[in-house]
Amino acid sequence: MIISDSAKKQIDIWIEKYPQGKQSSAVMEALKLVQAENDNQLTSEAIQAVADYLDMPGIAAAEVATFYENYNHKPVGKHIIRFCHNISCMLNGADDLITHLETKLGVKTGEVTKDGLISVKKVECLGACVGAPMFQIDDQYYEHLTADKIDDIVDGLK
Amino acid sequence: MNEVCFKNIDKDQCWSLETYEASGGYSTWRKILKGEYTPDEIINELKTSGLRGRGGAGFPTGLKWSFMPRNAQGQKYVICNSDEGEPGTCKDRDILRFNPHSVIEGMAIGSFVMNATIGYNYIRGEFMEPFNRFEGALKEAYAAGLLGKNINASEVSFDLYSHLGAGAYIVGEETALLESLEGKKGQPRFKPPFPANVGLYGKPTTINNTESFASVPEIMSKGGQWFADLGVENSGGTKLFSVSGHVNNPANFEVSMGMPFSELLELAGGMRNGAKLKAVIPGGSSTPVLTAEVAMGMTMDYDGIEKAGSMLGAGSVIIMDESTCMVKALTRLAHFYYDESCGQCTPCREGTGWLYRVLKRIMDGKGKAEDIDLLMSVQEKIMGNTICALGDAAAMPVESFLRNFREEFEYYIEHGKSMVEK
Repeated sequence: MIISDSAKKQIDIWIEKYPQGKQSSAVMEALKLVQAENDNQLTSEAIQAVADYLDMPGIAAAEVATFYENYNHKPVGKHIIRFCHNISCMLNGADDLITHLETKLGVKTGEVTKDGLISVKKVECLGACVGAPMFQIDDQYYEHLTADKIDDIVDGLK
Repeated sequence: MNEVCFKNIDKDQCWSLETYEASGGYSTWRKILKGEYTPDEIINELKTSGLRGRGGAGFPTGLKWSFMPRNAQGQKYVICNSDEGEPGTCKDRDILRFNPHSVIEGMAIGSFVMNATIGYNYIRGEFMEPFNRFEGALKEAYAAGLLGKNINASEVSFDLYSHLGAGAYIVGEETALLESLEGKKGQPRFKPPFPANVGLYGKPTTINNTESFASVPEIMSKGGQWFADLGVENSGGTKLFSVSGHVNNPANFEVSMGMPFSELLELAGGMRNGAKLKAVIPGGSSTPVLTAEVAMGMTMDYDGIEKAGSMLGAGSVIIMDESTCMVKALTRLAHFYYDESCGQCTPCREGTGWLYRVLKRIMDGKGKAEDIDLLMSVQEKIMGNTICALGDAAAMPVESFLRNFREEFEYYIEHGKSMVEK
């Protein structure tokens, strides 16, 4: 697998932040950039390519890719809805809203819609508790959710 | 209210350099660049202020900074911990979004005190809006000649970078954060050695929470005594409290330490639908839960909350009304620690799974009479037996929920359903 020139350029910006010889500090962002260019998913070839580019052992990059939450190792949708179900969101009705979303999309959390557009995940605290209930779609937070609001947001996804 | 980290929050473009400087921002940093401060003067001011680590541990910031071997040879680092993720906590997100320059100036002041010419702000991976705000502020600060090497032809150099996480609560633990910043799994290190001696890339490093750094510029411009007087004994200054749950107006409030809990509840609009208060987690999901009666008599400061039987933590106040099923609430918290345990220490890795599975069994109506004792025994075996505090954090809610709301657990086990939920 080859990392694209544009991804390499962005990885290089991150490498610059760390002292010389410490380029493996950029591994977390490098994995994200490569994932974004490959259907939101990391294959073992992609992980190895990142490791080679950063001159680190493949296993070290694989450890990072499997330790942190935000790397995907199975097919996911074009958009990922990450619904917080932790305590502040739970107290504000997140469970019912998650069921509402599942029914609307015809999938369970952890699954992808048939058209490949949307994955739904139940996640732990996203640090926006005063905006509960909330979810994240891709890089964006949506707070104070209601069933109607969810419908509007999800209907707008393309 | 809103006197320190949030002092510009109602202004237009409150995050801009222009707004920050118009209210006196970077005045301390500019004095440092002109050679008008010594590191010891700053440490003394911080000690006077009574500022304690706002990430949860509450360690005095001035003392922490004095531990750095500032004259040691070689590179030293200063790091901001913006890996916010404890359920109930969402204050650092707002500091980064609405006052990023206070974090930059606080870190810059720290870098000078500790002779650390490189800094990193570790921001949790999901915080893209705060990250972009912080990056924007960094660009402004560099363009204004406030950061870099030999700034304004002085002998002071400070380069500051942001780093993004990728989803792991444990990285909020400072040595796990260092591992993560080095490009590894975020598993905590043994202490000692402490980061002040062996930190990032093996070099002396000091890590502080976002709110701690953001408080420093205002302390320096108005004086340590001014800050101390805002609060109460042992808890100087103001604190950001994230009030969430069953209240009318959930929000972050920056108020004086020592405020009665009942007043904070009023600030948050009081109980939603006029419901009765049942329980309060005062400092984030790791801190022991309190009954309404105890909470209503408590003041919001380190000693006040400790006297009530819990901890101030990160100031994350979770409000639960009488409709809350405490078995369900605890199960949700137990799932969190089970999910977030890094797997390094056996008592935590295995114990958090046991806690969650036993609670889940009760929720599924398959609880056994001995399950309460089993939960108590598992949490006791985790407590104090792990490298980092995540184990204790998983144990404390269990002990306090069972102690304060035992009858709800007994009812659930006996009847296979919740005592409060229909």
